[in-house]
Amino acid sequence: MLEAKGIVKGYHESQGLFKKRHKAVLKGVSLHVKRGECVGLIGESGSGKSTLGKIILGIEKADEGTISFEGKSDKRAYEKEMSVVFQDYTSSINPRFRIKEVIAEALGKSIACAKEKRAYILSLLEEVGLNETFLERYAHELSGGQLQRVCIARAIATKPKFILLDEAVSSLDVSVQLQILELLKALKEKHNLSYLFITHDVMCVTYLCDRVIFFKEGECVESVDKIEDLKHISHPYSKSLLGAVEALEIPNFC
Amino acid sequence: MKRLLSDKLAILALSILVTVMIMGLFAPFFSLHDPLEQNIAFKFAGMSWEYPLGTDHLGRCIYSRLIFGIRNTVFLAMLTMVCTIGIGVVVGVISGYYKGVVDEMMMRFCDVMLSFPSQVMILAIVGVLGVGIENIILANIVIKWTWYARMIRGMVAGYNYKNYVLYAKTIGKSDRFIISRHLLPNIFSEIIILATLDMGWVIINISTLSFLGLGIQPPFPEWGAMLSEAKNVLMSNPSQMMAPGVAILVVVASFNILGDALRDMLDVKGVVK
Ligand SMILES: Nc1ncnc2c1ncn2[C@@H]1O[C@H](COP(=O)(O)OP(=O)(O)OP(=O)(O)O)[C@@H](O)[C@H]1O
Ligand SMILES: [Mg+2]
Repeated sequence: MLEAKGIVKGYHESQGLFKKRHKAVLKGVSLHVKRGECVGLIGESGSGKSTLGKIILGIEKADEGTISFEGKSDKRAYEKEMSVVFQDYTSSINPRFRIKEVIAEALGKSIACAKEKRAYILSLLEEVGLNETFLERYAHELSGGQLQRVCIARAIATKPKFILLDEAVSSLDVSVQLQILELLKALKEKHNLSYLFITHDVMCVTYLCDRVIFFKEGECVESVDKIEDLKHISHPYSKSLLGAVEALEIPNFC
Repeated sequence: MKRLLSDKLAILALSILVTVMIMGLFAPFFSLHDPLEQNIAFKFAGMSWEYPLGTDHLGRCIYSRLIFGIRNTVFLAMLTMVCTIGIGVVVGVISGYYKGVVDEMMMRFCDVMLSFPSQVMILAIVGVLGVGIENIILANIVIKWTWYARMIRGMVAGYNYKNYVLYAKTIGKSDRFIISRHLLPNIFSEIIILATLDMGWVIINISTLSFLGLGIQPPFPEWGAMLSEAKNVLMSNPSQMMAPGVAILVVVASFNILGDALRDMLDVKGVVK
């Protein structure tokens, strides 16, 4: 469904006053996501995961390579089918908007009748485990987990087929993380959604994803097609990522 | 708003400014005489019921001139500010939102403009266009808008990377929607603060130039011009300086205090309830 081919992206880094150096962030990344599938993207900080995400969403332009979504490669053609949830929930919602306005923004003019719109917004909030009392509130009156739920409600409001989750659970504490992961899993089943789940936490990947791609310095170093095979990875980098988790030995998570 | 109301000094400043503006708007109602009416027999009269602040060297009522002067001094300063900010917002938002070549060109142009000493530039512009209040205002706008454009560009560029703007771009919201609903409301409060803090500067500027005889021309009342006329009789009647001097001082100080209070208020929380 979603296909990224040979994405290359670099930034100009200024060094001193006049010198500029080209810094390659993505070095020819290719990946694909099928309908109803969740692909995990794991990599250390600064490896270019978010940059890849932004290119897939069409917010930034790739230097080389193409993105196509169900065969369409023009952003205008597929932007209604995509959505996103970011890591930093505090800046994901305009502090001047009430929660209902946040979701209404996503809906745009698609529902004309005000009553119908309100009912739909309410049904979305209920779907993510919130209720009517949240409608009139502002972002600073919600907890982190609740905000992230609002972001998810907003993401599914447009009925997308694909959602990019850029470390969507990383800045929540563990118990809330688990709730959000469960919610995401349920939504995925219900709406037949595809996810690209960006994270640096292997635990979350095992919980949610069907496939995993290991990402290092702008390249895919290894991919695991079956989550059960996660133990049999061979590349030293992926091993070190897994090893880092095992060393912590978090007892009975998931 | 609550925080502002708890700041006594800010309340005082705000009420002074509101009073001044109402007096300026309804100047004919508040004044006792025609500000241009001369009465040589009564020149340099002291305070009295008829002339609350006395009369000047031509026997004109200082109080009435002060009231009518509000229109020239304060309102023209506000007009200057509104035009400056208008241009600054348009250029700043285009620059900060669309980036790219346009941004680069505009900002380099602003750099050039900003590298001239502003007072010298104003004098140069007035020198070329001629004396008169319109030219003073024009010169002020020409000098100031680049500074605002830069500030606003910086603010917009900051909000451009907020996740809610990225989200709006992802789902294909129009630029107009993003600018009018996300960017402008957020930078608006910061602009108000800048403008309030800067009002004092503009008032002093207009008064200074009128004092030098480049702005409002006599016999029309303007605070700086009144000071200028008073300075001619500084030795014999020093009290002539008092009224316009105190008026400028109080209004400029009020704008600065209010601006400081607004900044304190909005810095801490950043969220308007
Ligand atoms: N607008 C930009 N200009 C210049 N460099 C950038 C820009 N955006 C990202 N980079 C650089 O690209 C690299 C990858 O950034 P990216 O945000 O994609 O990392 P990440 O894998 O998402 O990391 P994290 O796990 O910490 O979120 C970083 O080295 C960063 O400095
Ligand atoms: Mg990131």
